[in-house]
Amino acid sequence: MSEGMSKIVKTIASAAFPFIMIYGLYVIAHGHLTPGGGFQGGAIVASALAMILVAFGSIWTMGKIKEKQLSLFESLGAISFILLAFLGLGFGTVFFKNFLVDNNFLFGMVPETGSTFANFNTGGVLPLMNFAVGLKVIAGLFAIVLVMAYAIHTKEEKL
Amino acid sequence: MMSKRTILAVTFFAIVALFLCFSALMMHPFGEPESPEMDESIIANAQEETGANNAVTSVVFDYRGFDTLGEATILFTAVAGVILVFRRLKK
Repeated sequence: MSEGMSKIVKTIASAAFPFIMIYGLYVIAHGHLTPGGGFQGGAIVASALAMILVAFGSIWTMGKIKEKQLSLFESLGAISFILLAFLGLGFGTVFFKNFLVDNNFLFGMVPETGSTFANFNTGGVLPLMNFAVGLKVIAGLFAIVLVMAYAIHTKEEKL
Repeated sequence: MMSKRTILAVTFFAIVALFLCFSALMMHPFGEPESPEMDESIIANAQEETGANNAVTSVVFDYRGFDTLGEATILFTAVAGVILVFRRLKK
């Protein structure tokens, strides 16, 4: 487990990794248009990273990224989420007010009511919140898996 | 010959099954909630008010933003707890 698996598994995991990554990031980015969102897409991306962790082993993965950096990213996502909520209080009227909608700025367009074509430049503050929650879920779930895998390695070393 | 434990388990199972059957009979027909005013209002106004085509996302991040904040807090607490338990101790 901690040394990684065979060359076949490593090759297949490396080949499948970009496609799963793109799909997960697509689910995060299009959270305000299609089913899914920050939590779901973040879980997909975190499972792709966990696949790489299982294929290449926890020592190799820990050499690439440390859990301290992951917890930094997670805190960054949480802070930006709360900051967006407080910006609703500052620029709008209440906490969690969607202050970016209908002002021709970032993500500011409003679609017609009913069944319409998807326009990426809509949704106000929702896409930004999806990005924040997605970053938080990616970093959080992968930090859990990475820390547990590395704990198995250190226990093997002692025995 | 059944033991006391088996009789107790069967009785408990029968009571739970009775309650489940009762609540299944009391259920609303599918697609007809008792008070659809909130659903109708969200379906009618979500696109105009939040600008998002996905009404579920507009409920999760806009109308019920506090719920998502709590969800994110739960995830944060879980990650902090796991990292605390599996931290590397000094040798």
